[in-house]
Amino acid sequence: MNRLFLKRLCFTVVLFLLSPFLWAQQTISPAIDETMRSHDKIYVVMAVCIVILIVFFLYLIRIDRKVSKKEKSV
Amino acid sequence: MQLKWWKILCIIFLFLTFTAGFLIPVPIIGNLHQSIRNFFFHVPMWFGQMGLLTLSLAYSIAYLRTQNLKHDIYASEFAKTGIIFGILGLATGSIWAKYTWGEFWSNDPKQIAAAIAVLIYLAYIVLRSSMTDFDKRARVSSVYNIFAYFIYIPLIMILPRLVQSLHPGGLEGAKGGGNPALGGDSLDSTMRLIFWPAVIGWLLLGIWISSLKIRLSLLANKNLIHE
Repeated sequence: MNRLFLKRLCFTVVLFLLSPFLWAQQTISPAIDETMRSHDKIYVVMAVCIVILIVFFLYLIRIDRKVSKKEKSV
Repeated sequence: MQLKWWKILCIIFLFLTFTAGFLIPVPIIGNLHQSIRNFFFHVPMWFGQMGLLTLSLAYSIAYLRTQNLKHDIYASEFAKTGIIFGILGLATGSIWAKYTWGEFWSNDPKQIAAAIAVLIYLAYIVLRSSMTDFDKRARVSSVYNIFAYFIYIPLIMILPRLVQSLHPGGLEGAKGGGNPALGGDSLDSTMRLIFWPAVIGWLLLGIWISSLKIRLSLLANKNLIHE
């Protein structure tokens, strides 16, 4: 169950990350597009850093769970 | 999905750092401009290192008192993560230095002292790997670790304050004066509001990574550790 849950979680997060690109094709897009382009595009940097942070944390949690599993099995 | 409270705190604080850290208005001081936001990323590396190395010191002392190999494993893993933080601190510091002081490496007393401090701890790792006997390794490296800490603190906290330095915190000189990290006027109250969570978040991240390595090492050395 754990493994499946984690896979689903990762998949969901990836889908979340993709969603802004999908919005950009629609008519409501300009709002988010404008935000991203405002303030010298600082939001772009922020988005990049947050993506990195999310993936790092997911990875860290994954390692943590693997260690816990190993601890239990010994 | 069970995460300990401090791991959740770490995640929250680092997300705060990475969002508010980019978005809050910052004071423009000297030639720092927006790069003052490095306060949320570069400075916590050193705070994190100090925290991790202090933990390492505490466990080295605990080892010498109890002769329990578990404490030696704790001490070594905290020190190793501390070194990573130190190397990151040096690297991020040089990048920042390039665009404020003009050079990646200007042989500034603070830079040299910080580099020596990291090297002293690298020697700790070399010393550890040079011995195969577990008890001997633990004892010798614990003693070395205690010495290293008391060289480390003067190197990064005291020496840079005694000389002129480009880094904040040196004697009144080119730009110096004040506290190395939190000069009285160099941080305004909004920045402090992000800065302290950032410090705690990064420190907790260091502890988290160390704790994983500790748990793995405890598993690998299970037969050596007796409660």
